[in-house]
Amino acid sequence: MTTPLQNGSKTGGPRRNFLLEVDDLHKRFGPHSVLRGVSLGVPRGTLFTVLGPSGAGKSVLLKCLANIEKPENGRISFDGRTLDFRNHAARDSFRRRCSFLFQGNALFDSLTALRNVALPLEQTTSLGRGEIRVRALEALEQLELSDYVNHYPGMLSGGMQKRLALARAIVTQPEMVFFDEPTAGLDPLRRNAVFAMIAKYQALFGFTALIVTHDIVEALVASDRVALLHQGEICFCGTPDEFASSAHPVVQSFRDSPAALRSTLDGLRCGVDAPEQS
Amino acid sequence: MDKVRGLGDFALFTGRSLGAVLATRRLWTRVARAVYEQGFRCLPVILIVGTFTGLVLGLQGYYVLNRFGSEALLGVLVSLSLVREMAPVLAALMLVGQAGSALAAELGIQRNSEQIAALDTMGISSCGYLVTPRLLAALFVFPAQTALFVAVGLWGGSLSGSLLLGLDPGVYWSSVQRAVESEDVFECLLKAVTFGLLTMSICAYQGFHAHRIRGATGARAVSAATTKAVVISSIAVLAADYVITSFLI
Repeated sequence: MTTPLQNGSKTGGPRRNFLLEVDDLHKRFGPHSVLRGVSLGVPRGTLFTVLGPSGAGKSVLLKCLANIEKPENGRISFDGRTLDFRNHAARDSFRRRCSFLFQGNALFDSLTALRNVALPLEQTTSLGRGEIRVRALEALEQLELSDYVNHYPGMLSGGMQKRLALARAIVTQPEMVFFDEPTAGLDPLRRNAVFAMIAKYQALFGFTALIVTHDIVEALVASDRVALLHQGEICFCGTPDEFASSAHPVVQSFRDSPAALRSTLDGLRCGVDAPEQS
Repeated sequence: MDKVRGLGDFALFTGRSLGAVLATRRLWTRVARAVYEQGFRCLPVILIVGTFTGLVLGLQGYYVLNRFGSEALLGVLVSLSLVREMAPVLAALMLVGQAGSALAAELGIQRNSEQIAALDTMGISSCGYLVTPRLLAALFVFPAQTALFVAVGLWGGSLSGSLLLGLDPGVYWSSVQRAVESEDVFECLLKAVTFGLLTMSICAYQGFHAHRIRGATGARAVSAATTKAVVISSIAVLAADYVITSFLI
């Protein structure tokens, strides 16, 4: 079993390789404590997935990292420097180097695909209109959306919207992209497609990806490292192989949940079948 | 205590939005769009309400003045009522009902769909991008719509006074000309600008913070935020009108 305390540091790996490091992060909403001392390290250039059941605090963790929610306690370091979100310059610099992909995509429905992608460049850089257009078109082309430049998000399919959101996230050439439940509500085929898309563009652009999801199978196949968040704490951090062979009871119950379901259903079927046989 | 904290938060929100004028890029394109939304789209309601207000003022005024044999002063009554009080207040209430409610609902939906959070994570000031253009537009639109309200109201007063009740149009328009002074116009424009800034800030604040509405989430929170925005803005218009009038009278 690999725990956050193994591999030489509290966050599960040699510190110098981490692009993002979280130490003892706490977050509560009223009396309900959501994050209880989360610590993890995301190595540079990897696809890192935080797994966990619904309500484990995955999205809250991601929102704390992106400064959408403010944690009560804890330390977040990016590229070796501790982030102080009260310092506007440091916060802006962090935001320029990171992108966030929301569960619902958060696209602007009144803007065309091109304008959506161009928006961060228009508002945060001093590039000219021509250069912004070229870069936005390039990003749309890389995400195979060239034919939908003038379409509004509402006119695109779910998968296309996801790609459009990714195009907007990568157009600023970020070092790190946060993905909040990118496969929520999708069927298994589309889940595979989304994970394949993330892995493909992560390899293509070289950004570090931090994904939170509860899709175990896809995450284990696509990720370089996985962590398991359970009741507001990281109870496992390691490679997918280590996760697959871990004897940690929480990891086991999460990993073997399809088998447990099968066993429960088999039991139920036996119970239903029994009177008929008699 | 919550109310005081809320007022402080509102003041900070408005300050932050106005302070973002210099930091927001391509602001004037968005201001132009906001002027279109607040101005052009609200034009019909201003024209209709302004005309009927003038018609009623002309009608009521004529019969009241007729008792004292002073019908010739109808232009004075209509113009001063409109310029000093009715046009700024009624135009502001109409704009709150149409543009303000739309603004609160739009921002509420953007909050719900995480578009506001998306702007923040992109390093774009959500206040600067979404609110500042609306506040700046209000500084132009409210005085312009109020002036239009006065114009059609005066025309409505003339319509009922002259065409329907037989008052000489020359008498009506000359009394209007004599009655309205620069101080009255200043009061009218000051009220319009104040109401514009106040109401649009309130509507934007309510929509922007739709997620803070207690006991409601999603569509219900947007609905509650929009209702609250319209109610508070309407009260604020009347309260601010009293304060400004008491200082200027």
